[in-house]
Amino acid sequence: MKHLLSTADLTREEAIAILDIAEEMRESSTRAIKKLPALRGRTVVNLFFEDSTRTRISFEAAAKRLSADVINFSAKGSSVSKGESLKDTAQTLLAIGADAVVIRHPDSGAPARLAATDWIGLPIVNAGDGTHEHPTQALLDAFTLRRQVALRDGTSPAGRGLDGLKVAIVGDILHSRVARSNLWLLNTLGAEVTMVAPPTLLPFGAGSWPCAISYDLDAVIASGVDALMMLRVQGERMNAAYFPNPREYSRYWGLDDARLAQLDASGAETLIMHPGPMNRGLEISSAAADSPRSTVLDQVTNGVAVRMASLYMLLSGDLI
Amino acid sequence: MNENSVPDAARTVLTGDDIERVLTRVAFEIIEANKGTDDLVLLGIPSRGFPLAQRLAARIAATAPGNLDPASLVGQLDITMYRDDLRHSTTRTPSPTRLPAGGIEGKVVVLVDDVLYSGRTIRAALDALADWGRPRIVRLAVLVDRGHRELPIRADHVGKNLPTAKSEKVRVHLAEIDGKNEVVIEGAA
Amino acid sequence: MNYLIQQASILGGEPVDVLIADGKIAQLGSIAAAGDAQVIDARNLVLLPGLVDTHTHLREPGREDAETVETGSQAAARGGYTAVHAMANSTPVADTAGVVEQVYELGRKAGWVDVRPVGAVTVGLAGKQLSEIGAMADSRAQVKMFSDDGICVWDPLLMRRALEYVKAFDGVIAQHAQEPRLTEGAQMNEGEVSAILGMPGWPAVAEESIIARDVLLAEHVGARLHVCHVSTAGSVEIIRWAKARGIQVTAEVTPHHLLLTDEKVRTYDPVFKVNPPLRREEDVMALRAGVADGTIDVIGTDHAPHPSEAKDCEWGAAAMGMTGLETALSIVQHTLVDTGLMGWAGVARITSQVPAQIGRVADQGRPIAIGEPANLVLVDPAARWIVDPAAMATKGRNSPFAGMELPGSVRATFFHGHATVLDGQLATPRTANA
Ligand SMILES: [Zn+2]
Repeated sequence: MKHLLSTADLTREEAIAILDIAEEMRESSTRAIKKLPALRGRTVVNLFFEDSTRTRISFEAAAKRLSADVINFSAKGSSVSKGESLKDTAQTLLAIGADAVVIRHPDSGAPARLAATDWIGLPIVNAGDGTHEHPTQALLDAFTLRRQVALRDGTSPAGRGLDGLKVAIVGDILHSRVARSNLWLLNTLGAEVTMVAPPTLLPFGAGSWPCAISYDLDAVIASGVDALMMLRVQGERMNAAYFPNPREYSRYWGLDDARLAQLDASGAETLIMHPGPMNRGLEISSAAADSPRSTVLDQVTNGVAVRMASLYMLLSGDLI
Repeated sequence: MNENSVPDAARTVLTGDDIERVLTRVAFEIIEANKGTDDLVLLGIPSRGFPLAQRLAARIAATAPGNLDPASLVGQLDITMYRDDLRHSTTRTPSPTRLPAGGIEGKVVVLVDDVLYSGRTIRAALDALADWGRPRIVRLAVLVDRGHRELPIRADHVGKNLPTAKSEKVRVHLAEIDGKNEVVIEGAA
Repeated sequence: MNYLIQQASILGGEPVDVLIADGKIAQLGSIAAAGDAQVIDARNLVLLPGLVDTHTHLREPGREDAETVETGSQAAARGGYTAVHAMANSTPVADTAGVVEQVYELGRKAGWVDVRPVGAVTVGLAGKQLSEIGAMADSRAQVKMFSDDGICVWDPLLMRRALEYVKAFDGVIAQHAQEPRLTEGAQMNEGEVSAILGMPGWPAVAEESIIARDVLLAEHVGARLHVCHVSTAGSVEIIRWAKARGIQVTAEVTPHHLLLTDEKVRTYDPVFKVNPPLRREEDVMALRAGVADGTIDVIGTDHAPHPSEAKDCEWGAAAMGMTGLETALSIVQHTLVDTGLMGWAGVARITSQVPAQIGRVADQGRPIAIGEPANLVLVDPAARWIVDPAAMATKGRNSPFAGMELPGSVRATFFHGHATVLDGQLATPRTANA
């Protein structure tokens, strides 16, 4: 693996290898001494052109647990916002002595562009690009799901995919890099995906995606799903005519108390997932977010393990 | 390589029976050095060090008074993240580290591996061990010592000293992993 | 200098000799005596009227780092052109007689092609107030084509007034059809590829709705409308319908929309970022069919050179546009001739005759006949060449065809009888007043 740009680039074997390595990484984080020396002397740069404290600290923790040095480069309020190009910024990092670049960028494809050009010859990790992809988020979601299902079934998660699991991804699919990355990875790992959203928040052209598409959250919940992935609805969508108002959105597409009660009454083992940060009361109610079904905090913990596995794979040799 | 062809000068240096005999001797050496089984912990280094450690533990437990559970003596120590060649070799998937219930704090830990060669694996194992606790004594038992050390490391218990050329390959096959028990040398001139 | 072109295939027909003397076609047929004329062996070469581009961005004044009238004219000559329409979105905008005369003079002094400035429809391309269309039409630049290209004349009332007003000057409004609200932040064609790439989409309907509105306005006021760079199958349908109704509409397609699709965007290489965006395979095929059946009248390159820093960056930060002058004829041959959709006479019609008529360009797009101005291009249709942007005359390195092997090469270009290109290489400009 040279870069981690899109989950569409991962074979099933590679994806499972990352999840398996992440299992070991997660185990190591339960020890008294959490640090591993694998990347000692290597430098990982977190190059963030967009604010995302959560993702940045998760990558930072992952790199530090592997003993890498971490340089955080926030492009906001720096020379970049004064017109310095991505190329110049990247080459500056190379000159500083970076060994890998974790990049968050508001433009779809910016990490792929960085990887495809001769600007720098370093491994690139896409930490979220525009409305394109966020592969480590999808990996941590798959990791969480695999682990939870193994726990439920009393088996070991190692070496397994997500075959036969039913996952509904609910909300602002159009603007969600998490939805795209999850779609490809869940497919690769054998899960069945249903996208649930108002038609205005589904991309034109999504009809060719390898998933079912529904406008009816209640029908999808009633059909029985192993996990509901609730996506964040961003505030700026309110004023752009995607839906009339927050109340109507949560009435039709929010995981509210009534739908939580419906899940509980049906005896379903459905997990509730959310990439965070949550808009409580909009796409997810507090009761749903805090219910025993919720994996929200587990996802955060697993995020560090998955990012450790990703950095480890990129900064060591090819996978056997 | 054709499946039916025999590798150039592949030579069996230990048969399955030889391995059994050698392990029995090493088990007794370990007990003797430790003056019994108290505080003893055998940690195998993946992948073939672990079944060797299990076999040694079974022998050692059998000599102890009462019903000593071999599983209480044995564990596995993963060293993948401690290797000094991560940058140059292919990516290795780490294995779990499993310590016996009593842990390793203040114990006599015997690291068990199949082949002792450059010593770098053992260097990594000592680093890994330090992150898990502080044993009272650390010893090293190996099935084969083939020489060519690159670090000041030596084994306390050696099944067989095997003079080799650097161009040769020593292959250890264990039934738990490989379906058969033998040690062969390949590529000898 | 006079030239005797021997055994050229005029519009792909039987080989004949052509004598160029004093800027005109002096003789046609079997010509024995060369006199002092330079002999050009044109066996297996096709002779066409010099190409006329309806849509060129020469960048001067204002962005001489991207292109100048001189370098752009050189690129045009290399591509077989003898006239180009220079779009109005320069800095300052070509919205006064002063600016269009400046561009016209720069073109005349450069001497590689006829540079016909396009005037802005609205002051500063701002879409608020008509620019001085009459003054530009009556200027030395003789502007007949008016366009806010780069920006759509969106206000329906303003568009109606513009269409009406240019009638007084025999002008035409060339519309860049792009509904602005439907394309806010748009980066590429809206479709299956944009859905996967997570790029804000540019729906076909944003183009088609403006074209539908504009052909109805042109019908209502009885004016001429030219639709720039048609890019969708739906647009072709609407124009076909409008022509059947007798509406005075002409339509243009770019070479790149005849060949490339939005699949190219998967590379995230901004060399493929262009306005209107690359569309689907179905659109490419509908555009070719539209050219073949006459629904689309002309090829316009939309030659849009950019300095390298405008493309050597991430997609979102990159400028839109591609160079096209030096590859246009090859792409036309590749997509329309070699596919059997049209012959060389058809090529002459869409690249020269009709473009000259739309822009009312005198002495261009004329028949190849005795006494006509010698604006001609000799093409080797059997040649194959690999596109190398660094070897081009344009300052722009942003060719989407870089590295591709294309058929057909321009061997010679004659601009009023003067060879601007000989042996496939730039020769000399025609001196002003020659
Ligand atoms: Zn345009």
